[in-house]
Amino acid sequence: MTDAQFATVSAVAPTVAAVQGVAKSAPKMAARDLDFFYNGFHALKNVNFEIAEKRVTALIGPSGCGKSTLLRVFNRIYSIYPKLEAKGEVLLDGENILDPGYSLNRLRSKVGMVFQKPVPFPMSIYDNIAYGIRHHEKLSKSEMDVRVEQALTQGALWGEVKDKLKQSALGLSGGQQQRLCIARAIALRPEVILLDEPTSALDPIATGKIEQLVAELKDHFTIAIVTHNMQQAARCSDFTAFMYLGELVEFGDTETLFTKPAKKQTEDYITGRFG
Amino acid sequence: MSTATGSEHIVKSFDTELARLTRELQRMGELALVQLDAAIDAVVERDSDAARRVVNDDARIDALEHEISHDVIRLLALRQPMARDLREVLAGLRIATDIERIGDYAANVAKRSLVLNQSAPVQLVSALPRLADLARNLVEQVLEAYRDNDADKALDAWANDEELDEQYTSLFRELLTYMMEDPRNITPCTHLLFMAKNLERIGDHATNIAENVYFLVHGTMIEQERRKGDATTLLPVDDPR
Repeated sequence: MTDAQFATVSAVAPTVAAVQGVAKSAPKMAARDLDFFYNGFHALKNVNFEIAEKRVTALIGPSGCGKSTLLRVFNRIYSIYPKLEAKGEVLLDGENILDPGYSLNRLRSKVGMVFQKPVPFPMSIYDNIAYGIRHHEKLSKSEMDVRVEQALTQGALWGEVKDKLKQSALGLSGGQQQRLCIARAIALRPEVILLDEPTSALDPIATGKIEQLVAELKDHFTIAIVTHNMQQAARCSDFTAFMYLGELVEFGDTETLFTKPAKKQTEDYITGRFG
Repeated sequence: MSTATGSEHIVKSFDTELARLTRELQRMGELALVQLDAAIDAVVERDSDAARRVVNDDARIDALEHEISHDVIRLLALRQPMARDLREVLAGLRIATDIERIGDYAANVAKRSLVLNQSAPVQLVSALPRLADLARNLVEQVLEAYRDNDADKALDAWANDEELDEQYTSLFRELLTYMMEDPRNITPCTHLLFMAKNLERIGDHATNIAENVYFLVHGTMIEQERRKGDATTLLPVDDPR
Protein backbone atom coordinates (compact mmCIF):
# COMPACT_ATOMS: atom_id res chain seq x y z
CA MET A 1 0.00 0.00 0.00
CA THR A 2 1.36 3.45 -0.84
CA ASP A 3 1.57 6.15 1.78
CA ALA A 4 -1.24 8.05 0.12
CA GLN A 5 -3.53 5.01 0.13
CA PHE A 6 -2.62 4.30 3.71
CA ALA A 7 -3.40 7.85 4.75
CA THR A 8 -6.88 7.54 3.20
CA VAL A 9 -7.61 4.28 4.95
CA SER A 10 -6.42 5.49 8.34
CA ALA A 11 -8.48 8.64 8.01
CA VAL A 12 -11.65 6.58 7.51
CA ALA A 13 -11.04 3.85 10.10
CA PRO A 14 -12.11 4.75 13.64
CA THR A 15 -9.20 5.00 16.03
CA VAL A 16 -8.86 2.49 18.83
CA ALA A 17 -9.08 5.31 21.34
CA ALA A 18 -12.46 6.38 19.97
CA VAL A 19 -13.88 2.87 20.31
CA GLN A 20 -12.61 2.45 23.86
CA GLY A 21 -13.69 5.91 24.91
CA VAL A 22 -17.06 4.69 26.23
CA ALA A 23 -17.88 6.86 29.20
CA LYS A 24 -17.65 5.09 32.52
CA SER A 25 -20.98 5.07 34.34
CA ALA A 26 -21.27 6.37 37.88
CA PRO A 27 -20.55 3.99 40.79
CA LYS A 28 -23.69 2.48 42.27
CA MET A 29 -21.88 0.93 45.21
CA ALA A 30 -18.43 1.53 46.60
CA ALA A 31 -16.25 0.09 49.33
CA ARG A 32 -14.01 2.61 51.07
CA ASP A 33 -11.08 1.44 53.23
CA LEU A 34 -13.03 -1.70 54.00
CA ASP A 35 -11.65 -4.26 56.47
CA PHE A 36 -13.46 -7.40 57.54
CA PHE A 37 -12.78 -9.82 60.34
CA TYR A 38 -14.10 -13.34 60.93
CA ASN A 39 -13.63 -13.88 64.62
CA GLY A 40 -10.33 -12.02 64.51
CA PHE A 41 -9.23 -13.38 61.09
CA HIS A 42 -8.49 -10.47 58.78
CA ALA A 43 -10.43 -11.50 55.65
CA LEU A 44 -10.58 -8.20 53.77
CA LYS A 45 -7.70 -5.77 53.92
CA ASN A 46 -8.29 -2.12 53.15
CA VAL A 47 -10.40 -2.79 50.07
CA ASN A 48 -11.35 0.14 47.87
CA PHE A 49 -13.60 -0.80 45.03
CA GLU A 50 -16.54 0.42 42.97
CA ILE A 51 -19.47 -1.23 41.27
CA ALA A 52 -20.60 0.76 38.24
CA GLU A 53 -24.31 1.34 37.72
CA LYS A 54 -26.06 -0.92 35.19
CA ARG A 55 -22.87 -2.78 34.46
CA VAL A 56 -21.66 -6.24 35.35
CA THR A 57 -18.69 -6.36 37.70
CA ALA A 58 -16.96 -9.69 38.24
CA LEU A 59 -14.90 -10.69 41.26
CA ILE A 60 -12.30 -13.37 40.65
CA GLY A 61 -9.53 -14.91 42.71
CA PRO A 62 -8.48 -18.21 44.27
CA SER A 63 -10.49 -19.81 47.06
CA GLY A 64 -10.25 -17.92 50.30
CA CYS A 65 -9.21 -14.64 48.67
CA GLY A 66 -12.19 -12.79 50.11
CA LYS A 67 -14.30 -12.32 47.01
CA SER A 68 -17.44 -13.95 48.46
CA THR A 69 -16.87 -12.12 51.75
CA LEU A 70 -16.76 -8.82 49.89
CA LEU A 71 -19.99 -9.68 48.06
CA ARG A 72 -21.66 -10.59 51.34
CA VAL A 73 -20.65 -7.32 52.96
CA PHE A 74 -22.51 -5.56 50.16
CA ASN A 75 -25.84 -6.65 51.61
CA ARG A 76 -24.67 -7.12 55.20
CA ILE A 77 -25.57 -10.76 55.17
CA TYR A 78 -22.81 -11.31 57.74
CA SER A 79 -24.76 -9.33 60.31
CA ILE A 80 -26.79 -12.41 61.27
CA TYR A 81 -23.63 -14.02 62.64
CA PRO A 82 -21.91 -12.88 65.83
CA LYS A 83 -18.19 -12.08 66.01
CA LEU A 84 -18.08 -10.78 62.45
CA GLU A 85 -16.96 -7.24 62.05
CA ALA A 86 -16.68 -4.81 59.15
CA LYS A 87 -14.70 -1.56 59.36
CA GLY A 88 -14.73 1.21 56.81
CA GLU A 89 -17.59 2.21 54.55
CA VAL A 90 -19.76 0.59 51.95
CA LEU A 91 -21.71 3.19 50.04
CA LEU A 92 -24.94 2.60 48.16
CA ASP A 93 -25.85 5.74 46.22
CA GLY A 94 -23.56 7.60 48.59
CA GLU A 95 -25.12 6.29 51.82
CA ASN A 96 -23.11 4.10 54.17
CA ILE A 97 -24.97 0.80 54.46
CA LEU A 98 -22.70 -0.39 57.28
CA ASP A 99 -24.16 2.34 59.46
CA PRO A 100 -26.38 0.53 62.02
CA GLY A 101 -28.98 3.19 61.31
CA TYR A 102 -29.36 1.89 57.72
CA SER A 103 -32.27 -0.54 57.98
CA LEU A 104 -31.62 -4.09 56.86
CA ASN A 105 -35.06 -4.29 55.32
CA ARG A 106 -34.38 -1.24 53.19
CA LEU A 107 -30.97 -2.60 52.21
CA ARG A 108 -32.27 -6.03 51.23
CA SER A 109 -35.05 -4.51 49.12
CA LYS A 110 -32.40 -2.64 47.16
CA VAL A 111 -29.69 -5.29 47.05
CA GLY A 112 -30.72 -8.83 46.13
CA MET A 113 -28.53 -11.89 46.31
CA VAL A 114 -28.40 -15.27 44.57
CA PHE A 115 -26.22 -18.10 45.87
CA GLN A 116 -24.15 -20.90 44.43
CA LYS A 117 -26.68 -23.59 45.23
CA PRO A 118 -30.21 -22.80 44.08
CA VAL A 119 -32.44 -22.62 47.16
CA PRO A 120 -36.08 -22.45 46.12
CA PHE A 121 -38.56 -22.30 48.99
CA PRO A 122 -40.50 -25.56 49.48
CA MET A 123 -43.64 -24.12 47.94
CA SER A 124 -45.15 -23.57 44.51
CA ILE A 125 -43.29 -21.77 41.74
CA TYR A 126 -45.84 -18.95 41.95
CA ASP A 127 -45.47 -18.57 45.72
CA ASN A 128 -41.67 -18.60 45.50
CA ILE A 129 -41.94 -15.31 43.61
CA ALA A 130 -44.95 -13.90 45.49
CA TYR A 131 -43.57 -14.63 48.97
CA GLY A 132 -41.04 -11.81 49.03
CA ILE A 133 -43.35 -9.35 47.31
CA ARG A 134 -46.08 -9.93 49.95
CA HIS A 135 -43.49 -9.12 52.58
CA HIS A 136 -42.96 -5.65 51.14
CA GLU A 137 -46.17 -4.71 49.31
CA LYS A 138 -49.93 -5.25 49.46
CA LEU A 139 -51.09 -6.28 46.01
CA SER A 140 -54.41 -7.56 44.64
CA LYS A 141 -54.52 -11.04 43.09
CA SER A 142 -54.43 -9.66 39.55
CA GLU A 143 -51.60 -7.24 40.36
CA MET A 144 -49.66 -10.07 41.91
CA ASP A 145 -50.24 -12.27 38.84
CA VAL A 146 -48.73 -9.54 36.67
CA ARG A 147 -45.73 -9.15 38.97
CA VAL A 148 -45.08 -12.89 39.07
CA GLU A 149 -45.28 -13.15 35.29
CA GLN A 150 -42.98 -10.13 34.92
CA ALA A 151 -40.39 -11.55 37.26
CA LEU A 152 -40.46 -14.99 35.67
CA THR A 153 -40.22 -13.44 32.22
CA GLN A 154 -37.23 -11.33 33.25
CA GLY A 155 -35.75 -14.44 34.81
CA ALA A 156 -36.07 -16.18 31.40
CA LEU A 157 -38.22 -18.91 32.96
CA TRP A 158 -41.82 -17.92 32.12
CA GLY A 159 -42.07 -19.98 28.93
CA GLU A 160 -40.98 -23.12 30.75
CA VAL A 161 -43.20 -22.79 33.85
CA LYS A 162 -46.27 -20.82 32.84
CA ASP A 163 -48.44 -23.96 32.74
CA LYS A 164 -47.29 -25.31 36.09
CA LEU A 165 -47.16 -22.31 38.39
CA LYS A 166 -48.95 -24.22 41.15
CA GLN A 167 -46.46 -27.09 41.12
CA SER A 168 -43.66 -27.31 43.66
CA ALA A 169 -40.50 -25.41 42.75
CA LEU A 170 -38.49 -28.36 44.01
CA GLY A 171 -39.52 -30.29 40.87
CA LEU A 172 -37.60 -27.92 38.60
CA SER A 173 -34.18 -28.77 37.21
CA GLY A 174 -31.10 -27.18 38.79
CA GLY A 175 -30.79 -24.57 36.05
CA GLN A 176 -34.48 -23.73 36.27
CA GLN A 177 -34.26 -23.49 40.06
CA GLN A 178 -31.39 -21.04 39.74
CA ARG A 179 -33.31 -18.90 37.27
CA LEU A 180 -36.26 -19.05 39.70
CA CYS A 181 -33.97 -17.71 42.43
CA ILE A 182 -32.87 -14.90 40.14
CA ALA A 183 -36.52 -14.18 39.26
CA ARG A 184 -37.34 -14.16 42.96
CA ALA A 185 -34.61 -11.60 43.56
CA ILE A 186 -35.79 -9.51 40.61
CA ALA A 187 -39.42 -9.60 41.77
CA LEU A 188 -38.57 -7.24 44.64
CA ARG A 189 -37.33 -4.73 42.06
CA PRO A 190 -33.89 -4.35 43.59
CA GLU A 191 -31.31 -1.96 42.22
CA VAL A 192 -28.33 -4.23 42.69
CA ILE A 193 -28.13 -8.01 42.21
CA LEU A 194 -25.28 -9.93 43.80
CA LEU A 195 -24.54 -13.35 42.28
CA ASP A 196 -22.29 -15.68 44.25
CA GLU A 197 -21.04 -18.44 41.94
CA PRO A 198 -24.48 -18.68 40.33
CA THR A 199 -23.56 -21.34 37.79
CA SER A 200 -21.01 -23.52 39.53
CA ALA A 201 -23.61 -26.24 40.10
CA LEU A 202 -25.07 -26.04 36.58
CA ASP A 203 -24.34 -27.76 33.27
CA PRO A 204 -23.00 -25.71 30.31
CA ILE A 205 -26.43 -25.16 28.74
CA ALA A 206 -28.00 -23.93 31.97
CA THR A 207 -24.85 -21.85 32.52
CA GLY A 208 -25.24 -20.29 29.07
CA LYS A 209 -28.85 -19.38 29.86
CA ILE A 210 -27.82 -17.68 33.12
CA GLU A 211 -25.05 -15.77 31.35
CA GLN A 212 -27.49 -14.63 28.66
CA LEU A 213 -29.87 -13.61 31.44
CA VAL A 214 -27.14 -11.57 33.12
CA ALA A 215 -26.49 -9.78 29.83
CA GLU A 216 -30.21 -8.90 29.55
CA LEU A 217 -30.59 -7.88 33.17
CA LYS A 218 -27.81 -5.33 33.13
CA ASP A 219 -30.03 -2.90 31.23
CA HIS A 220 -32.12 -2.59 34.37
CA PHE A 221 -29.93 -3.66 37.26
CA THR A 222 -26.44 -3.24 38.61
CA ILE A 223 -24.82 -6.66 38.86
CA ALA A 224 -21.86 -8.04 40.76
CA ILE A 225 -20.86 -11.65 40.19
CA VAL A 226 -18.38 -13.82 42.03
CA THR A 227 -17.07 -16.64 39.87
CA HIS A 228 -14.34 -19.24 39.84
CA ASN A 229 -14.74 -19.56 36.12
CA MET A 230 -12.47 -16.96 34.54
CA GLN A 231 -13.91 -17.47 31.08
CA GLN A 232 -17.30 -16.68 32.56
CA ALA A 233 -15.99 -13.45 34.06
CA ALA A 234 -14.40 -12.63 30.70
CA ARG A 235 -17.61 -13.43 28.82
CA CYS A 236 -20.19 -11.60 30.86
CA SER A 237 -18.63 -8.76 32.82
CA ASP A 238 -17.73 -5.17 31.97
CA PHE A 239 -15.32 -4.76 34.87
CA THR A 240 -13.29 -7.32 36.75
CA ALA A 241 -11.63 -7.25 40.13
CA PHE A 242 -8.89 -9.72 41.02
CA MET A 243 -8.52 -10.48 44.72
CA TYR A 244 -5.80 -12.38 46.53
CA LEU A 245 -5.35 -13.04 50.26
CA GLY A 246 -7.98 -10.49 51.24
CA GLU A 247 -6.58 -7.71 49.09
CA LEU A 248 -7.88 -6.20 45.91
CA VAL A 249 -4.89 -6.70 43.63
CA GLU A 250 -6.20 -5.24 40.41
CA PHE A 251 -9.41 -3.72 39.18
CA GLY A 252 -10.11 -2.62 35.64
CA ASP A 253 -12.21 -3.07 32.55
CA THR A 254 -12.57 -6.74 31.74
CA GLU A 255 -10.89 -6.63 28.36
CA THR A 256 -7.72 -5.04 29.71
CA LEU A 257 -7.60 -7.28 32.75
CA PHE A 258 -7.76 -10.42 30.63
CA THR A 259 -5.52 -9.29 27.80
CA LYS A 260 -2.99 -7.00 29.40
CA PRO A 261 -3.19 -7.05 33.20
CA ALA A 262 -1.01 -4.50 34.96
CA LYS A 263 0.06 -6.73 37.86
CA LYS A 264 2.14 -9.87 37.62
CA GLN A 265 -0.03 -11.62 40.23
CA THR A 266 -3.10 -11.07 38.06
CA GLU A 267 -1.30 -12.33 34.98
CA ASP A 268 -0.09 -15.42 36.83
CA TYR A 269 -3.58 -16.17 38.08
CA ILE A 270 -5.48 -15.72 34.82
CA THR A 271 -2.91 -17.66 32.82
CA GLY A 272 -3.08 -20.57 35.26
CA ARG A 273 0.33 -20.17 36.87
CA PHE A 274 -0.80 -20.18 40.47
CA GLY A 275 -4.06 -20.32 42.33
CA MET B 1 10.73 -24.28 29.23
CA SER B 2 9.90 -21.41 31.52
CA THR B 3 8.22 -18.58 29.68
CA ALA B 4 9.11 -14.93 29.90
CA THR B 5 6.83 -14.29 32.88
CA GLY B 6 9.17 -16.51 34.85
CA SER B 7 6.86 -19.05 36.42
CA GLU B 8 5.44 -22.21 34.97
CA HIS B 9 1.84 -23.19 34.43
CA ILE B 10 0.16 -25.42 36.98
CA VAL B 11 -0.69 -27.70 34.07
CA LYS B 12 2.79 -28.62 32.85
CA SER B 13 1.71 -29.87 29.43
CA PHE B 14 0.60 -26.32 28.58
CA ASP B 15 4.24 -25.20 28.99
CA THR B 16 5.37 -28.10 26.84
CA GLU B 17 3.00 -27.08 24.04
CA LEU B 18 3.99 -23.43 24.15
CA ALA B 19 7.67 -24.40 24.11
CA ARG B 20 7.02 -26.62 21.11
CA LEU B 21 5.44 -23.68 19.26
CA THR B 22 8.48 -21.49 19.94
CA ARG B 23 10.83 -24.26 18.83
CA GLU B 24 8.96 -24.85 15.59
CA LEU B 25 9.06 -21.15 14.78
CA GLN B 26 12.78 -20.96 15.43
CA ARG B 27 13.34 -23.94 13.21
CA MET B 28 11.21 -22.39 10.50
CA GLY B 29 13.17 -19.14 10.76
CA GLU B 30 16.49 -20.97 10.49
CA LEU B 31 15.26 -22.79 7.41
CA ALA B 32 14.21 -19.51 5.79
CA LEU B 33 17.68 -18.06 6.40
CA VAL B 34 19.34 -21.14 4.89
CA GLN B 35 17.06 -20.81 1.86
CA LEU B 36 17.86 -17.13 1.44
CA ASP B 37 21.63 -17.78 1.60
CA ALA B 38 21.35 -20.66 -0.84
CA ALA B 39 19.28 -18.58 -3.26
CA ILE B 40 21.81 -15.75 -3.34
CA ASP B 41 24.70 -18.24 -3.73
CA ALA B 42 22.85 -19.81 -6.65
CA VAL B 43 22.48 -16.39 -8.30
CA VAL B 44 26.11 -15.39 -7.83
CA GLU B 45 27.53 -18.79 -8.81
CA ARG B 46 25.04 -19.17 -11.69
CA ASP B 47 24.34 -22.63 -10.28
CA SER B 48 21.01 -23.79 -11.72
CA ASP B 49 21.00 -27.08 -9.79
CA ALA B 50 21.37 -25.25 -6.50
CA ALA B 51 18.60 -22.84 -7.54
CA ARG B 52 16.26 -25.77 -8.26
CA ARG B 53 17.03 -27.23 -4.84
CA VAL B 54 16.02 -23.94 -3.21
CA VAL B 55 12.76 -23.91 -5.15
CA ASN B 56 11.99 -27.48 -4.10
CA ASP B 57 12.97 -27.01 -0.45
CA ASP B 58 10.44 -24.24 0.01
CA ALA B 59 7.89 -27.00 0.61
CA ARG B 60 9.62 -27.78 3.92
CA ILE B 61 8.93 -24.28 5.21
CA ASP B 62 5.33 -24.51 4.03
CA ALA B 63 4.94 -27.81 5.86
CA LEU B 64 6.20 -26.25 9.08
CA GLU B 65 3.75 -23.41 8.69
CA HIS B 66 0.90 -25.91 8.44
CA GLU B 67 2.12 -27.64 11.54
CA ILE B 68 2.26 -24.35 13.43
CA SER B 69 -1.27 -23.35 12.34
CA HIS B 70 -2.49 -26.68 13.55
CA ASP B 71 -0.74 -26.27 16.90
CA VAL B 72 -2.13 -22.77 17.31
CA ILE B 73 -5.70 -23.91 16.64
CA ARG B 74 -5.27 -26.70 19.16
CA LEU B 75 -3.81 -24.38 21.80
CA LEU B 76 -6.67 -21.92 21.33
CA ALA B 77 -9.35 -24.60 21.46
CA LEU B 78 -7.99 -26.75 24.27
CA ARG B 79 -6.09 -24.31 26.49
CA GLN B 80 -8.02 -21.06 26.12
CA PRO B 81 -4.87 -19.00 26.63
CA MET B 82 -5.17 -15.59 28.28
CA ALA B 83 -3.08 -12.42 28.44
CA ARG B 84 0.60 -13.09 27.68
CA ASP B 85 -0.14 -16.72 26.73
CA LEU B 86 -2.73 -15.54 24.23
CA ARG B 87 -0.30 -13.04 22.73
CA GLU B 88 2.33 -15.74 22.46
CA VAL B 89 -0.04 -17.96 20.51
CA LEU B 90 -1.33 -15.18 18.24
CA ALA B 91 2.13 -13.75 17.61
CA GLY B 92 3.30 -17.29 16.82
CA LEU B 93 0.64 -17.66 14.14
CA ARG B 94 1.43 -14.28 12.56
CA ILE B 95 5.20 -14.76 12.67
CA ALA B 96 4.81 -18.15 10.96
CA THR B 97 2.94 -16.45 8.12
CA ASP B 98 5.73 -13.88 7.72
CA ILE B 99 8.47 -16.52 7.74
CA GLU B 100 6.53 -18.51 5.17
CA ARG B 101 6.45 -15.43 2.91
CA ILE B 102 10.17 -14.86 3.44
CA GLY B 103 10.71 -18.46 2.28
CA ASP B 104 8.55 -17.79 -0.79
CA TYR B 105 10.60 -14.74 -1.72
CA ALA B 106 13.86 -16.67 -1.36
CA ALA B 107 12.43 -19.34 -3.67
CA ASN B 108 11.33 -16.64 -6.14
CA VAL B 109 14.84 -15.22 -6.26
CA ALA B 110 16.17 -18.73 -7.01
CA LYS B 111 13.53 -19.28 -9.69
CA ARG B 112 14.42 -16.08 -11.55
CA SER B 113 18.12 -16.95 -11.40
CA LEU B 114 17.29 -19.95 -13.60
CA VAL B 115 16.17 -17.52 -16.32
CA LEU B 116 19.18 -15.26 -15.80
CA ASN B 117 21.49 -18.24 -16.27
CA GLN B 118 20.14 -18.69 -19.80
CA SER B 119 21.72 -15.42 -20.95
CA ALA B 120 25.19 -13.92 -20.58
CA PRO B 121 26.31 -12.87 -17.07
CA VAL B 122 25.21 -9.39 -16.07
CA GLN B 123 27.60 -7.13 -14.22
CA LEU B 124 24.90 -5.85 -11.91
CA VAL B 125 24.24 -9.18 -10.24
CA SER B 126 26.90 -8.17 -7.72
CA ALA B 127 24.54 -5.57 -6.25
CA LEU B 128 22.10 -8.27 -5.16
CA PRO B 129 24.24 -9.88 -2.42
CA ARG B 130 24.57 -6.48 -0.75
CA LEU B 131 20.80 -6.17 -0.59
CA ALA B 132 20.47 -9.81 0.47
CA ASP B 133 22.93 -9.26 3.32
CA LEU B 134 20.86 -6.41 4.69
CA ALA B 135 17.67 -8.45 4.42
CA ARG B 136 19.31 -11.47 6.00
CA ASN B 137 20.63 -9.46 8.93
CA LEU B 138 17.20 -8.05 9.56
CA VAL B 139 15.60 -11.49 9.57
CA GLU B 140 18.32 -12.86 11.83
CA GLN B 141 17.91 -9.93 14.19
CA VAL B 142 14.13 -10.31 14.53
CA LEU B 143 14.42 -14.08 15.01
CA GLU B 144 16.89 -13.46 17.83
CA ALA B 145 14.54 -10.86 19.28
CA TYR B 146 11.77 -13.47 19.19
CA ARG B 147 13.94 -16.15 20.78
CA ASP B 148 15.09 -13.81 23.60
CA ASN B 149 11.79 -11.96 24.07
CA ASP B 150 13.79 -8.83 23.39
CA ALA B 151 11.49 -5.96 22.40
CA ASP B 152 14.37 -3.48 22.17
CA LYS B 153 16.19 -5.60 19.64
CA ALA B 154 12.95 -5.93 17.70
CA LEU B 155 12.56 -2.17 17.71
CA ASP B 156 16.13 -1.75 16.40
CA ALA B 157 15.50 -4.16 13.55
CA TRP B 158 12.24 -2.45 12.82
CA ALA B 159 14.05 0.87 12.38
CA ASN B 160 16.86 -0.72 10.35
CA ASP B 161 14.55 -1.72 7.52
CA GLU B 162 14.90 1.84 6.28
CA GLU B 163 18.46 1.14 5.15
CA LEU B 164 17.30 -1.82 3.08
CA ASP B 165 14.59 0.32 1.49
CA GLU B 166 17.17 2.96 0.56
CA GLN B 167 19.52 0.41 -0.97
CA TYR B 168 16.65 -1.00 -2.96
CA THR B 169 15.72 2.43 -4.26
CA SER B 170 19.25 3.12 -5.42
CA LEU B 171 19.50 -0.29 -7.10
CA PHE B 172 16.19 0.40 -8.82
CA ARG B 173 17.59 3.65 -10.25
CA GLU B 174 20.76 1.92 -11.37
CA LEU B 175 18.88 -0.84 -13.18
CA LEU B 176 16.67 1.68 -14.94
CA THR B 177 19.77 3.46 -16.20
CA TYR B 178 21.21 0.22 -17.59
CA MET B 179 18.00 -0.58 -19.37
CA MET B 180 17.91 2.84 -21.00
CA GLU B 181 21.52 2.56 -22.11
CA ASP B 182 21.07 -0.74 -23.91
CA PRO B 183 17.73 -2.41 -24.67
CA ARG B 184 19.45 -5.82 -24.56
CA ASN B 185 19.74 -5.29 -20.81
CA ILE B 186 16.00 -5.07 -20.39
CA THR B 187 15.30 -8.78 -19.92
CA PRO B 188 17.99 -9.54 -17.33
CA CYS B 189 17.51 -6.22 -15.57
CA THR B 190 13.75 -6.77 -15.27
CA HIS B 191 14.42 -10.08 -13.58
CA LEU B 192 16.97 -8.42 -11.33
CA LEU B 193 14.43 -5.74 -10.46
CA PHE B 194 11.95 -8.36 -9.34
CA MET B 195 14.63 -10.17 -7.36
CA ALA B 196 15.61 -6.94 -5.66
CA LYS B 197 11.96 -6.25 -4.90
CA ASN B 198 11.68 -9.72 -3.36
CA LEU B 199 14.61 -8.95 -1.07
CA GLU B 200 13.08 -5.61 -0.13
CA ARG B 201 9.81 -7.40 0.73
CA ILE B 202 11.73 -9.81 2.96
CA GLY B 203 12.74 -6.75 4.97
CA ASP B 204 9.09 -5.73 5.27
CA HIS B 205 8.17 -9.16 6.63
CA ALA B 206 11.06 -8.90 9.07
CA THR B 207 9.57 -5.64 10.36
CA ASN B 208 6.21 -7.39 10.72
CA ILE B 209 7.91 -9.99 12.87
CA ALA B 210 9.56 -7.20 14.87
CA GLU B 211 6.14 -5.65 15.46
CA ASN B 212 4.79 -8.98 16.65
CA VAL B 213 7.70 -9.51 19.03
CA TYR B 214 7.09 -6.05 20.47
CA PHE B 215 3.37 -6.84 20.84
CA LEU B 216 4.18 -10.16 22.43
CA VAL B 217 6.39 -8.54 25.07
CA HIS B 218 4.49 -5.33 25.78
CA GLY B 219 0.92 -6.07 24.74
CA THR B 220 0.82 -2.89 22.66
CA MET B 221 1.73 -2.00 19.09
CA ILE B 222 4.86 -0.02 18.21
CA GLU B 223 3.69 3.56 18.18
CA GLN B 224 6.33 5.53 16.29
CA GLU B 225 5.84 6.06 12.63
CA ARG B 226 8.46 4.50 10.41
CA ARG B 227 9.78 6.55 7.52
CA LYS B 228 9.33 4.56 4.33
CA GLY B 229 12.63 4.36 2.46
CA ASP B 230 11.23 2.69 -0.66
CA ALA B 231 10.79 5.74 -2.85
CA THR B 232 10.54 3.81 -6.14
CA THR B 233 6.76 4.09 -6.23
CA LEU B 234 7.23 7.83 -6.71
CA LEU B 235 10.13 7.66 -9.16
CA PRO B 236 9.40 9.31 -12.52
CA VAL B 237 9.90 7.09 -15.54
CA ASP B 238 11.47 9.67 -17.79
CA ASP B 239 14.33 10.68 -15.51
CA PRO B 240 15.86 7.84 -13.57
CA ARG B 241 18.75 10.06 -12.47
